[in-house]
Amino acid sequence: MNTEEVVRIEDLWVHYDGVPILEGVSLSVSLGHFLGIIGPNGGGKTTLLKVILGLVKPSSGSVSILGRPPERSRHYIGYVPQHNLFDRDFPIDVENTVLMGRSGAAGLLRRYSAEDKRLAREALETVGMWPYRDHQIGKLSGGEQQRVFIARALVGQPRLLLLDEPTASVDPAMQTDLYEILERLKQDMAIIMVSHDISAVSVHVDDIACLNHRLFYHGSKEIDPEVLEATYKCPVQMIAHGTVPHRVLKEH
Amino acid sequence: MLEALQYEFMQNALLAGLLAAIACGIVGVYVVVKRIIFISGGIAHASFGGIGLGYLVGISPVLGALFFSLASALGMGYVTRRTRLPEDTVIGVLWAVGMALGVVFIGLAPGYAPDLFSYLFGNILTVPASDLLLMLCLDIAIVVIVAAFYKEFLALSFDEEYSTVVGIPVEALYLLMLCMIALTVVILLRVVGMILIIALLTIPAALARQFTHDLRKTMVLAIVFGVLITFGGLWLSYVLDLASGATIVLLGGAALLGSLGFRKTRSRLAQRRNAVHGDSLGT
Repeated sequence: MNTEEVVRIEDLWVHYDGVPILEGVSLSVSLGHFLGIIGPNGGGKTTLLKVILGLVKPSSGSVSILGRPPERSRHYIGYVPQHNLFDRDFPIDVENTVLMGRSGAAGLLRRYSAEDKRLAREALETVGMWPYRDHQIGKLSGGEQQRVFIARALVGQPRLLLLDEPTASVDPAMQTDLYEILERLKQDMAIIMVSHDISAVSVHVDDIACLNHRLFYHGSKEIDPEVLEATYKCPVQMIAHGTVPHRVLKEH
Repeated sequence: MLEALQYEFMQNALLAGLLAAIACGIVGVYVVVKRIIFISGGIAHASFGGIGLGYLVGISPVLGALFFSLASALGMGYVTRRTRLPEDTVIGVLWAVGMALGVVFIGLAPGYAPDLFSYLFGNILTVPASDLLLMLCLDIAIVVIVAAFYKEFLALSFDEEYSTVVGIPVEALYLLMLCMIALTVVILLRVVGMILIIALLTIPAALARQFTHDLRKTMVLAIVFGVLITFGGLWLSYVLDLASGATIVLLGGAALLGSLGFRKTRSRLAQRRNAVHGDSLGT
């Protein structure tokens, strides 16, 4: 397997208004790897993704994507934002939503080329949403919308796929579908998925990290309870690798 | 009404209505889907400063408004993006400051300000040919800009952050979009007046988006609704002898209210029909 390093983060610190959000985060993700990052809300997960996208400037530390600074490697990155952030009534259909992923690459003052449209079709077929190309995006179910947004990320032919809470508002059957799609995709790219939901990280991820301002990186799927407790600041039942239900318990 | 069509002022009025409908159809759709109605209201009202400046220095108040609305669009856009002040605070302040400047300028201007009322509330029957020419030029500018940046404006309206990630110059295009709103304000100024502009920026687009989920079709439909509303309002104001700008806005408001009521009744009827159908299946 190709083990080219796609993301390399060293001792990353990010502050908002002097308050540290990320504290000394170090991370390395290679091509063909699927990293799941879990952690509580407000723990800095979205911030970490935004640093990788070059939308948030680090206070200190180094970030490189395929050996280049983030702002100059965006065309290598496919981004699936938190999907509750868009207007359900927005007048746009599925195909045009996906083409949006080509709008930078297509260039200013140009229409989408036949090549752009072919890539959009390919991406929609990959996630099984091509038959829905004429549907308004807001009329689809949560899981279908999520697949469209994954297609939009894929249409730029990324080397790195970033997903922010992709399983929120997606029903369990659809979640399995989603993971199967990601499982196939990771042949050609590195994938980083963040979620506050511990059960979201299933058998499909290769590595798990826990993020609550500090990153606890394991390099394997095994997480010991002490690390989870340190991350969530409360006792957590042992992660059972997706097969057995597990939950977070409040301190009594 | 038909015999009125042979008068030049009536032909001009219809032409003004058509030019206004094109601008508010295209730009209004962005205003509505991107939810920048408040900033549009701010740009429209701040243009009053330009009207006042026109009276003071003796140029056309329309040209003054063009200058002021462009300046306030760029100012609001820049300040809301680059400073940490809340966006609605900035808009509210510039909105009021622009109007206050207008009042001061008009106070300083020598003599009485003629047809000030028509700038405030519009009078589609008194649009001079020179203003029609300016409206046509601004319409052409809007159509050219939207044709050039259609896919970028679409992405920008849908999700600015994602647009940044895919490499669209978001800030520059957002400012350009606000400038298009400023141009639309000037186009609508003579038709419905500064105070009522926000109605024509929102009503045709809001009507149109109920019928399609394609942005381009929404624009075409919004232009059609804009034409129907301005022509219908003009006719009503002629027949009933009412102020034309206000009549156009009231007709638009009534049309939107009517269409919402119609949709609600229709979906309620459909629900009831389904419920009856479900019952008959259950028994």
